Amino acid sequence: MRLIVLFALPAIVGAIMFRVPAHHAGRVRVGALVATAAAHLALVASLWVRPAAPLFHGWLALDALGLVVLTVASVLFFATALYAVGYLQRERPRGGRVFVTGLLGFLAAASLVAASQHLALLWVGMEATTLSLAPLVFHRHDRRSLEAVWKYLVISSVGIALALLGIFFLATAQSGVGGRPLIVPDLLSHARQLHPAWVRAAFLFLLVGFGTKMGLAPMHTWKPDTYGEAPSLVGGLMAGALTSCAFLGVARATQVVVAAGLAPFAQPVLIGFGLLSLGVAAVFVIGQSDVKRLLAYSSVEHMGLLVLGLGLGGVGAYGTVLHVVNNGLSKGWLFLVAGNVVLATGSSAAAANRGLVRHLPVSGLLLVLGLFAVTGSPPFGLFLSEFTILRAAVGAGHPWIAGAVLLLLAIIFVGMAALVLEMALGEPEGGAAPVRENRWLLVGPLALAAAVLLLGVYIPAPLHDVMARAAAGLGGSAP
Amino acid sequence: MRTAPEVLLLLVVLTDFAVLGTTRLSTCIRAVAVQGLLLGLLPLAFAQHVSLHAGALAVGTVALKALILPSFLFWAIREAAVRREVEPVVGYIASLLLGAVALALAFAIAARLPLPESQQELLVPVSLATVMIGFIVLTSRRKALTQVVGYLLLENGIYLFGLTRTESVPFLLELGVLLDVFVGVFIMGIVVFHINREFDSIDSAHLAELTD
Repeated sequence: MRLIVLFALPAIVGAIMFRVPAHHAGRVRVGALVATAAAHLALVASLWVRPAAPLFHGWLALDALGLVVLTVASVLFFATALYAVGYLQRERPRGGRVFVTGLLGFLAAASLVAASQHLALLWVGMEATTLSLAPLVFHRHDRRSLEAVWKYLVISSVGIALALLGIFFLATAQSGVGGRPLIVPDLLSHARQLHPAWVRAAFLFLLVGFGTKMGLAPMHTWKPDTYGEAPSLVGGLMAGALTSCAFLGVARATQVVVAAGLAPFAQPVLIGFGLLSLGVAAVFVIGQSDVKRLLAYSSVEHMGLLVLGLGLGGVGAYGTVLHVVNNGLSKGWLFLVAGNVVLATGSSAAAANRGLVRHLPVSGLLLVLGLFAVTGSPPFGLFLSEFTILRAAVGAGHPWIAGAVLLLLAIIFVGMAALVLEMALGEPEGGAAPVRENRWLLVGPLALAAAVLLLGVYIPAPLHDVMARAAAGLGGSAP
Repeated sequence: MRTAPEVLLLLVVLTDFAVLGTTRLSTCIRAVAVQGLLLGLLPLAFAQHVSLHAGALAVGTVALKALILPSFLFWAIREAAVRREVEPVVGYIASLLLGAVALALAFAIAARLPLPESQQELLVPVSLATVMIGFIVLTSRRKALTQVVGYLLLENGIYLFGLTRTESVPFLLELGVLLDVFVGVFIMGIVVFHINREFDSIDSAHLAELTD
């Protein structure tokens, strides 16, 4: 029952908010957004305490990996909803009601993705995440946001179409084999009897399809434009939650292919996409002049790390699951802080934002800390997950992969630091007096930053257990 | 009945090439409409006995792919006052040649991926060829509307493949593709309309401000 409420609640509230007539509709909508986000988070917390039974003949069920993705999405959404209170006081996006409904629709779709055990249902959820956020990218109705939304829709739609073909291929691989069609546990338990040629084809299409939604290179081209033009809080949800959902699609495909005994086929492909994404990010991070586009390439880098860990297997799988959490929370943190910068100065370009530490004391500091967190410096959580993935590379007998990754991470660090430090510490053109920042705009990023810091020094035992089970499901193990 | 599906599938390939080789947008849309009609007839041609399910699928597919979407596209070209594709990225002769290569490739791949229960040998290669030709149109044309037509071909190819699975996985085809085509193209169409209003042209090459 709770599994249905998980996506039905935001969907219904979103639909009601679209039609709410009162002239205080703005306040009603924001209140409903925060209340729904809080209720969703409470529901997810209850699922940690007492797991829910599968529903509809196993179509809906929450396994360890789904729970991790769901929790990331829910926490990030709650932080974003609090931020939206402050954001909607300052900005009036032209589709005010479209804004809140789109956000709630996204939460519903992401919850559906996390809780689906039926691949077609998961696919429907992924499609819905694309569509629910598209109007929000286009909120300014100008030429640049139009270009961004066009690229986003065309490339994501092609990706999602290829993923559907992959799902059809998997159904073909299953023909004549026992088990209910396209239900993940049944696919896994009968994996050895699946037709290997079709499983291979299905894996490639699912990887490219959902990889497009993740933003793996070379299918990442929509990402900098979309993240650059979308409102920052939408960018945060995309980089943190939407990519995690898409990763879940790739992870499900990997589960099946590994269970079918085809790991030697899948692993080099995953490692190749991972390294290529890191390489592309390293090339494009250098010389960026816009912080949101910079974060988009940072997202390409982290998506690369996720599939790299998946491809390495062993403790790499655990590193990947931990990285899903860390990446989701830290991207939310940074995008919300970037949003504060844009609200204060009207631009996310570095040239317009020098001396932020003095101008926006809290956001400026959070931006600098975020730079270190997102580039994998200790003591933040991303250091731990990246270190685990590197350990897996050495452990699997690929020290050259570990070396290449370290080199690329170093380049990305230099590229990001150059831009962010210029923004934070550079000499402002006019004398910038410190500004009192709106609390609603700070509470979200502060909470996310605290969580990422905490994960770097201490992983709670229940979280470790769930992540270890998720890693085992991916054919890996906990360190 | 043995040959009816084969004839329909060959006609599908012909409509693919019609889209590839024509400069007029209205011919492109008509070719896609004809393809939609063929796609709607296929479930009936495949079914051993005409079931309610196959009938409903045929009616829905024809309504959507042969009537609603094409008329929506016609509305869009009237609104935007575009008639032909000028200066495609890849020329028409080259496009046709690429299409022929795609077709050959599709047969080669299909030979290595035999369907477990062989009902219709042509279905897989025609489906893969339509997907690839859709991809060619999507990437090699400049007009946003032609790109939408390319996306429709891509979707139709996937639908064709889905026909092999209607027996074993109920509702897979309906659930996914019809919803997807409808919503995806609907929104794209609206965006096309906006592009037109904004720039007085629906040339997506104008959309090149965001670069690195």
